[in-house]
Amino acid sequence: MRLELKDITKQFPGVLANDRISIAADRGEVLGLLGENGAGKSTLMNILSGLYRPDAGEILIDGSPRAFTDPRQAIEAGIGMVHQHFQLVPVFDVVEAVALGAESVSGLFGTLDRSTARTRVVELSERYNLNVNPDARIEDLPVGVRQRVEILKALYRQSDILVLDEPSAVLTPFETEELFGIIRGLAKAGTTVIFITHKLNEVLEVADRITVLRRGRVAGTVDPKATTREELANLMVGRDVELRVTKGPAHPGEIVLQLRNLHVRDDRGHMAVRDVNLEIRAGEIVALAGVQGNGQTELVEAIVGLRTVDSGEINLDAHSIKAVSPRHISDEGVAHIPEDRMRDGLIGYMTVAENFILDSYHREPYSRGMRLDGKAIAAAAEQAVKDYDIRTPSIETYAGSLSGGNQQKVIVAREFSRPVKLVVASQPTRGLDVGSIEYIHRRIVEQRDQGAAILIVSTELEEVLAVGDRIAVMQGGEVVGIVEGADATFEKVGMLMGGVH
Amino acid sequence: MSRVGRALKPAFVPLLAIITAFIVGSIFILVTDFENLSKLGTDPVGAIGGALNTIVSAYSAMLLGALGDPARISAALANPTPRAVAAAIRPITETLVAASPLIFTGLAVAISFRSGVFNIGVEGQFVLGAFGATAAAIALKGEPMWLIILVATISGVLTGALWGFIPGFLKARTGAHEVITTIMLNYVAAQVVLFGLRSDFLRLETGDQPISKVLSDFVRIPLIFNLPAIRLHWGFVLALVMAVIVSWFLFKTTKGFELRASGFNTTAAKYAGMSAGGSIMLAMALSGGLAGMGGAMEVLGTVPQMSNDISSGYGFNAIALALLAGNRPLGIVAAALLFGALRTGGGLMQVKTGIPLDLLFFIQALVIMFVAAPGLIRAMWFLDRRRKGPDEPDAPAAPQAPAAEGSAA
Repeated sequence: MRLELKDITKQFPGVLANDRISIAADRGEVLGLLGENGAGKSTLMNILSGLYRPDAGEILIDGSPRAFTDPRQAIEAGIGMVHQHFQLVPVFDVVEAVALGAESVSGLFGTLDRSTARTRVVELSERYNLNVNPDARIEDLPVGVRQRVEILKALYRQSDILVLDEPSAVLTPFETEELFGIIRGLAKAGTTVIFITHKLNEVLEVADRITVLRRGRVAGTVDPKATTREELANLMVGRDVELRVTKGPAHPGEIVLQLRNLHVRDDRGHMAVRDVNLEIRAGEIVALAGVQGNGQTELVEAIVGLRTVDSGEINLDAHSIKAVSPRHISDEGVAHIPEDRMRDGLIGYMTVAENFILDSYHREPYSRGMRLDGKAIAAAAEQAVKDYDIRTPSIETYAGSLSGGNQQKVIVAREFSRPVKLVVASQPTRGLDVGSIEYIHRRIVEQRDQGAAILIVSTELEEVLAVGDRIAVMQGGEVVGIVEGADATFEKVGMLMGGVH
Repeated sequence: MSRVGRALKPAFVPLLAIITAFIVGSIFILVTDFENLSKLGTDPVGAIGGALNTIVSAYSAMLLGALGDPARISAALANPTPRAVAAAIRPITETLVAASPLIFTGLAVAISFRSGVFNIGVEGQFVLGAFGATAAAIALKGEPMWLIILVATISGVLTGALWGFIPGFLKARTGAHEVITTIMLNYVAAQVVLFGLRSDFLRLETGDQPISKVLSDFVRIPLIFNLPAIRLHWGFVLALVMAVIVSWFLFKTTKGFELRASGFNTTAAKYAGMSAGGSIMLAMALSGGLAGMGGAMEVLGTVPQMSNDISSGYGFNAIALALLAGNRPLGIVAAALLFGALRTGGGLMQVKTGIPLDLLFFIQALVIMFVAAPGLIRAMWFLDRRRKGPDEPDAPAAPQAPAAEGSAA
């Protein structure tokens, strides 16, 4: 089916999220919708799926205008959404999860007709090469397969238009390739696919047509065969983007962090970090690359004191911090930018000022004895807002209402506003727009040049290559290789990440 | 928005909820007013007029009963004899007396909710606090009264705090869910009190009921006004002071900061180096202590002696109250005054109009229900439904609902 959105406009308090956006995708076409966070992609998709109603503009399917007042109508019109965060019941098996809400029933009392559903699931899975075991439990499946279950769910509801929202965010490079294969197959069979992403190379690889959104408007529609990464990046941010981080050569000094034969277990008791040896010196950035879930999270938690070490040593400035509380480690000058901003780094319902003092409220000048010094806190927070260019209406605004980039700036401001000798940054730029990424990188390099030792954990190859003075690659809980930044290439690190030594 | 406007904003929905509850309450009066209903066929105008009249007289009786009779007040102003003044201020002082235990228990609930723990055991902590105060007072009998009051109050606070600390400790150390443990400890508290009141040391010598010796014979918190039949004592002032202290503690101290941080987001608090277990235990102990203080004030100032029914559900009403007040200490005071006024005003309404006291519980319950469903209130008053849009278009993932606000269940 041909899908067309015409002059869609949606206004939120203070933000014009969609400003006369028009996009179109033909039957069997893959439309790449590219844009930074905040460009209006999600709003547009929420309008398409019936969650929001546009203030103006219309949705045309095969030329006839449709208005959705709730998601059910969008589903009935043949629009299937695969959200970034999966909507699957973990304890269901694949057939149940797929049929949920569209169950086939039989008999007088509406008994669930599992076999009919199962037959259809198997048939769809085979037709589109999805390779999903219909009887597996959702919680036992890897994320890549769960995503295919989501796609199955849409197909099961006879969607002719499939919308994928940032589908590669959770996938390994290999799984992403598989996904692209599936998308091509679907398109060939006549499904219209809308692929939303902020990753340039992905749209270039899979889309038949690319529409770029910027600040709620269409910045341009291009043919992937006739464009370049640079042109797309320009359209996305509206200026020339520097994809590399400007930094001088590193001047490594003393060893600040030393990991020796470190073993750490994950929540389920499996050994997640195996025999890791790593040294980070003052004035250098070590980037820890690896696909999500290869022990990086556990490694970082062990360093900052949030997870018990199974065996081995963690030394900070030559003394052990293996069994020391997070508070002490932080007080010793370890800054931690956690992986999940909203869950671990900020308290959404507390103000910017309160979040700014979250791990130093117990020290001068923010408190004297048990009393918090509101004036000192406000002054420091105002200063941080200015220094770190945090865009917030005031320091009394809830942190949860800021954009992702500004939330991350609050965390970075907090962590860097005290004497720092080691920075542990997990996915410091995940989900941020190009402007914020640049900014955060610059701040981290600044810390390095002031003599801090830096450990950056990232799953983004580009980031790893751009910031790392040395690059360590983690795979299956082990550090499988350490490459000098100067010698590192996309292929070399990518192969190590994928387990090819 | 002006400062005043911003300060009043959180009161907006609760106020509408209260107004709505009274309107629905009047419908309830209408449909149970059989006398006027039966006339509807023969004399519709008279029936409607009569029904309206019932509503007006019911609510005005409630108002008089809660705040005072203007006629008596002007009489007292004209001729201020102790009897006349007492008659004029008795309703309002009774309202304050009824509000006092609600303020203590409401603060107790609020401090725990703010910290992300659901202390449903305020009832038990209140009762045990009263019991602890009683035991200390009887043990000290004969000492100077101010000392008895002081020691008995401290004893009540500590007993309540201990009763709160136990589930806090269990949660921090073993993960036992505090909702279950506190509810169960309410029963244990009631039995402990019954058991204690059967001992010869505490029991009233005459009779074999589980009622304590009469405390008012030898210890009594001083009255604020020394007038005939006015019960208002300094415990009410202490309640107000505690509201200010709790507010200060939560928002202006490092410990309060830790409690609120843990309450909103335990993992982020942990990442920031705070001790989750410590916060839970502290919050529960403080909550229990406040409830215990309330119990002590009740037994040392308001009622003559300790008995098993010292609390008429204060601990449970407090949960509703904290919800209505959005866990804001000063909001607790306002909500407690409202509940207190309903209790005292209801008495006069029942006497004057024959409308049963149950109407008030009906209204109270409606207020809570409406506060818990702000969307319903906004729809009923044709207000703009909370705009669906996120503040930031591509980040609609709202922070998780604050554990403290409104999610008691």
